[in-house]
Amino acid sequence: MPSTNVAATAVPANTPKRQTRFMDVKKKLKKSAVLYLIIAPVVVYFAIWAYWPMYGVQIAFKNFMPGVGIWGSPWAGFHHFERLFNSYYFGPIVRNTIAISLYSILIGIPTPIILALMFNELRSKRFKTIAQTISYAPHFISVVVAVGMLLFFLSPTNGVINALIELFGGTPKSFLSQPGSFWSIFVWSGTWQGIGWASLIYTAAMSGISPDQYEAAYIDGASKFRRIWHITLPGIAPTIVILSILSVGGIMSVGHEKILLLQNGLNLETSEVISTYVYKSGIQNAQYSFSAAIGLFNNVINFAILLLVNTVARRINETSLW
Amino acid sequence: MNAIRRTASEKLFDYINVFLVLVILLVILYPLLFVVFASVSDPRLMFEHPLLLWPKGFNVESYAKVFENKDIWMSYKNTILYTFVGTMINIIMTTIGAYPLSRRHFYGKGIFTFLFTFTMFFSGGLIPSYLVNKQLGIVNTMWVLVLPGAVSVFNLIIMRTYFQTRIPVELEESAYVDGANDFHLLYKVVLPLSTPIIAVMLLFYGVGHWNSYFEAMIYLSDRSLFTLQLILREILVQNQMDSMLSVSVDEQYAERMIVKEGLKYAVVVVSSLPLLIIYPMLSKFFEKGILVGAIKG
Repeated sequence: MPSTNVAATAVPANTPKRQTRFMDVKKKLKKSAVLYLIIAPVVVYFAIWAYWPMYGVQIAFKNFMPGVGIWGSPWAGFHHFERLFNSYYFGPIVRNTIAISLYSILIGIPTPIILALMFNELRSKRFKTIAQTISYAPHFISVVVAVGMLLFFLSPTNGVINALIELFGGTPKSFLSQPGSFWSIFVWSGTWQGIGWASLIYTAAMSGISPDQYEAAYIDGASKFRRIWHITLPGIAPTIVILSILSVGGIMSVGHEKILLLQNGLNLETSEVISTYVYKSGIQNAQYSFSAAIGLFNNVINFAILLLVNTVARRINETSLW
Repeated sequence: MNAIRRTASEKLFDYINVFLVLVILLVILYPLLFVVFASVSDPRLMFEHPLLLWPKGFNVESYAKVFENKDIWMSYKNTILYTFVGTMINIIMTTIGAYPLSRRHFYGKGIFTFLFTFTMFFSGGLIPSYLVNKQLGIVNTMWVLVLPGAVSVFNLIIMRTYFQTRIPVELEESAYVDGANDFHLLYKVVLPLSTPIIAVMLLFYGVGHWNSYFEAMIYLSDRSLFTLQLILREILVQNQMDSMLSVSVDEQYAERMIVKEGLKYAVVVVSSLPLLIIYPMLSKFFEKGILVGAIKG
């Protein structure tokens, strides 16, 4: 009978196959055994400091009470999110976050590229190296010192900028107590500190472009600007795309470290962003669940934007994060 | 590029380019030079005319004040300790995380890579992390500054790529044939060949520890544990903000402020100089490190 025949042949054929696959996996696991041992502490690290906090995110939907722990705290549903969306500061902190991000991206992406192009055109190798090394010195200065130095320059009583203004007959200003100048102060001081370091990755990418291409273009009569436009820029395009995806993906996150230092009561209306608000309501006022909700809202939107931008980039020019 | 002969307009382009680069370097460098000049200038002269192209007068009193300041000394010592311990942990953890991921026969490589890199793009956030550290009981100890950031995924990927691309496969294979296991391979073959990338990591992580203030600010309450950046924050930012916002300015107040001002410049120099001296020496290494990272972002 054909039906039993099929069954009879199917069963014995299946078992050894499964067995060999099992043996195969066992062999592979055994071969990697030492590697598992080596990587184990790192896995433990990520479990504790990356995935445990992700588990803890559920307090955003609970009324967290330290006494009973995360698990024992009662559920609150979307209460904290509703409170956030209905509060009067929700609009301003989202606006400030996006505005500061966009301003940073608009300045922060092109300026290091331009600087790298200028370095790349320097004919003396020695001068190029020295110039580049000097250009990223500010990268090694801490945020605290950078803000401290900014205050030396912007101080209304004895700041350098105001001394310059007075020299040219103007009246000194208290820059940091004016909400209108906060974004520019934040972005341009960041440019001072980061431009050289950010340009490094572009000069590294440019050094990978073959000199033959430039020579061929030269023989064809391409001018310097055409060579930059048609050879150098396309050569670093993948790097530009990757870095742009990352910065656009982080549009809803403005680091709190520098803003907290630059903030004061007078510039709060333009300087309060989501991350500083999370810090204040969570750490300073111990409203754990509420600020975890703000943080979660922020992370989810960031992640969604990153996915979106990455997909768009992949469709358009085949360069993407993954 | 030498085969390309320059036309007159291209020569002009080069001159303008060099000029612009010099201007940019001056703008970048001036604030740093200003602080150095200001720190050795007479604070009273400085206060009246803050514009400096060269030190005004001469005094080392500000530096003497910095060295007399107990807070600065104590926090300097703490920062050296935290930076040392933290960077050691970083290097060990990053190496043992990156090495298995660089092995071709490592079974489950994809899962580990995904679990690690996912944390770059999504995290629990500030508050859940804060609660974890609280629950672990490491708040207000050195460990809260060195353990939670033990591995940076970005650095881990750079290191993995280095191991993948810069260690000759033949070397590994012959080691396996000789009966070495992965553990031996790591510290007998791979590590000795990895000094450039380890130098890069030392600098990246070390700078991070030396310069961070936020973690110390939220987790440390015991003043004897404070880091240099926390003390700097008090001296440079909080006092300055207070004085900027206060309305009443009396005679004594101005005198006090002038003396304080000199101290600020000196303390910036004392705190930032170590890194500014070290980084040019390592620059060759980390320009390469960035190149490695750039190839396989």
